[in-house]
Amino acid sequence: MSWGSFNEFAAMGGYGLYVWGSYAVTAIVLAAELVLVRRRKRVAHQHLLRLRGASIGSSE
Amino acid sequence: MNRPSSIAGQPSAAATGPNWYRYASPQTFFPLAGKLAPWFAVAAVLFGVAGLYVAFFVAPTDQQQGEVYRVIFIHVPAAWMSMFLYVVMAFWAGLGLAFHTRLSGMMASALAPTGAWFTFIALWTGSLWGKPTWGTWWVWDARLTSELILLFLYFGFLALQAAIDDPRRADRACALLALVGVVNIPVIYFSVKWWNTLHQGASVSFTRAPTMAATMFIGMVLLALSFWMYSIAVAFVRVRAIILEREQRSDWITEVV
Repeated sequence: MSWGSFNEFAAMGGYGLYVWGSYAVTAIVLAAELVLVRRRKRVAHQHLLRLRGASIGSSE
Repeated sequence: MNRPSSIAGQPSAAATGPNWYRYASPQTFFPLAGKLAPWFAVAAVLFGVAGLYVAFFVAPTDQQQGEVYRVIFIHVPAAWMSMFLYVVMAFWAGLGLAFHTRLSGMMASALAPTGAWFTFIALWTGSLWGKPTWGTWWVWDARLTSELILLFLYFGFLALQAAIDDPRRADRACALLALVGVVNIPVIYFSVKWWNTLHQGASVSFTRAPTMAATMFIGMVLLALSFWMYSIAVAFVRVRAIILEREQRSDWITEVV
């Protein structure tokens, strides 16, 4: 392990901005994509439920 | 009663042994993707935690670059995924073009946004790595330019899909675009050999022994596996959304919802 303290770890030998900028954006992108794709599925599911509900209502 | 067996969701061919064509239809793949996605997500988290641990607490400081080299642990796996996902996407698109299977086009469409995101991550992390090591955020070098073209190919695929109302026609047009664009993949991969680039050569070669520390290599492989599992999980959830969107009028979907 190359780190003596948390501050040393956060500083990344003076390159903290570049290293953490890379990891943070990657984490945000992956998390956001997961949230968006799950929402897309939920919306499609709800739309289908409404569609089926409407067609059953009109046929009876 | 001559009822088609597929309506019951249990094709009779299944009785004669595993029939892989069975999984090529949206109604059998829909529940399968739903069951598998969480397991791939769990695998992505496990590989991710292990990879990050190796990246920050096991891999040594680079003698030339210092700590900034640690960007490599996401930069290289993201770049691998950006190219790999494009090839897989083009494979599914081509399969759909050749065999007119509905699910193939849906799989290609499900992979495109994830591929585009990994291309963006590769470019973004490359830029943040380039500034302190090369002194510039961006340079019109062959490797960087061809990777940017890959991002535009993904954008073109997504825009074309969105522009054509009939999904089956959109699939065919997108398949053609995806297949033509495959020519860019070897250009990206070999760009560092074919041209004199500022970008360094391949980090991992199939023909030479790894020149980097073994722990660095292991960290990269673990995060590549994590990205791979993540891509499968997200693509499976997205393909389920696409199936729900496109198969609105089919009868089998009523049983699902």
